[in-house]
Amino acid sequence: MKKFTILDLLGLDLKENDALQLKCIAGRAGLGREITVAYLDRPGLALAGYFDNFAYQRIQVFGRGEFAYIKKMIEEKNTDSLERFFSFPFPCCIFPYGAEPEEIFIQMAENSRCPILQSPLTSPELSQRLIRVLEGIFAPQQVMHAVFVEVFGIGVLIKGKSGVGKSEAALELIERGHRLIADDLVEIKRVSGNHLEGKGGNVFLAHHMEIRGLGIINITHLFGVGAIRDSKQVQLIVNLEDWDSEKVYDRLGSSEITEEILGVQVPCVDIPVKPGRNTPIIIETAAMNERLKRMGYYSAREFNQKVIRWLETDTDSENSLK
Amino acid sequence: MIEKAVTVKNRAGIHARPAANIVKTANKFNCEIRIKKDNDEINAKSIMGIITLAAAFKTELILVADGEDEQSAVDALFNLFENKFEEE
Repeated sequence: MKKFTILDLLGLDLKENDALQLKCIAGRAGLGREITVAYLDRPGLALAGYFDNFAYQRIQVFGRGEFAYIKKMIEEKNTDSLERFFSFPFPCCIFPYGAEPEEIFIQMAENSRCPILQSPLTSPELSQRLIRVLEGIFAPQQVMHAVFVEVFGIGVLIKGKSGVGKSEAALELIERGHRLIADDLVEIKRVSGNHLEGKGGNVFLAHHMEIRGLGIINITHLFGVGAIRDSKQVQLIVNLEDWDSEKVYDRLGSSEITEEILGVQVPCVDIPVKPGRNTPIIIETAAMNERLKRMGYYSAREFNQKVIRWLETDTDSENSLK
Repeated sequence: MIEKAVTVKNRAGIHARPAANIVKTANKFNCEIRIKKDNDEINAKSIMGIITLAAAFKTELILVADGEDEQSAVDALFNLFENKFEEE
């Protein structure tokens, strides 16, 4: 993975409840410092002079308490532990509530080339957002050759050999009102334990598709902004494969087949493709069936229950007639 | 499986036309071909994949082929890179 620096953090394009609203107020020389962990530290103990186990690899967040304490330290001209604090190579200091640290503090930061950031958010809110954002950045990730679409609210990853008709199937799904997230190259991240989030690899080239015979087309311009989406949870995998008359395909759908991505099991269906079979409708139905399962209804299982019940009542009535 | 390092030699880098050339060449072979750049690895038979690699002038890439005709596939792609995709 590439280094993730303070400059990268400031340059992130975060929206709505992810926005950190950070700005750098001092120590620009240190913007190249690297962030390596997705945790934060409140430096209360360190400021008080206790540096054992000081988590200096973490971003230092100065809440109201720390802010008041450095003010008092500076007023009392007792800045030894502050100087020692700045001798550690932590990534940066952040002041929430838009707090402006003392001039002496700023000067010390400039001298040790340590970036000081400021945000108007409250410290609990900022901490939550910051951890969420950093977890997303340090999450394990994998790039897959597939098409990723949202069908009836389910994130469907269409996989298959090159030329099997992934993009064509996705194009028809878009035409039918579903949404494209990424074509050909899907970047998947595992966030907060077992949530797989998929998106396109590159924002500049997003939402284009390559269709044999047409070349590269721009889905946003052709189908409108309603036909695209930036990211979505991977909830179902569809494997398209050439029809193989030797292979036994699932005929009941009562067994749950899953495929592993980054250690998370994702429900999976193998769909054989052959001319005359309408693949997009099958994918649509697979997505709807997946939604039913998430609501607790398993078509194949319920069907079998019905068969068993019917067989029982039938034999019961036959027995009673005898 | 064989691997071979190549460098992008045309000034414009791998934009749409060189990418299409790579895919056209790659599709002549049955083996699986991948292109690696740093930690990213993409399928050489996918145009969007190759373009997304964002391989500019002088970028170093690794061709990876796996299958029966892997040697001829890597040679063909290597020549394509060496000839600057017949652009300049």
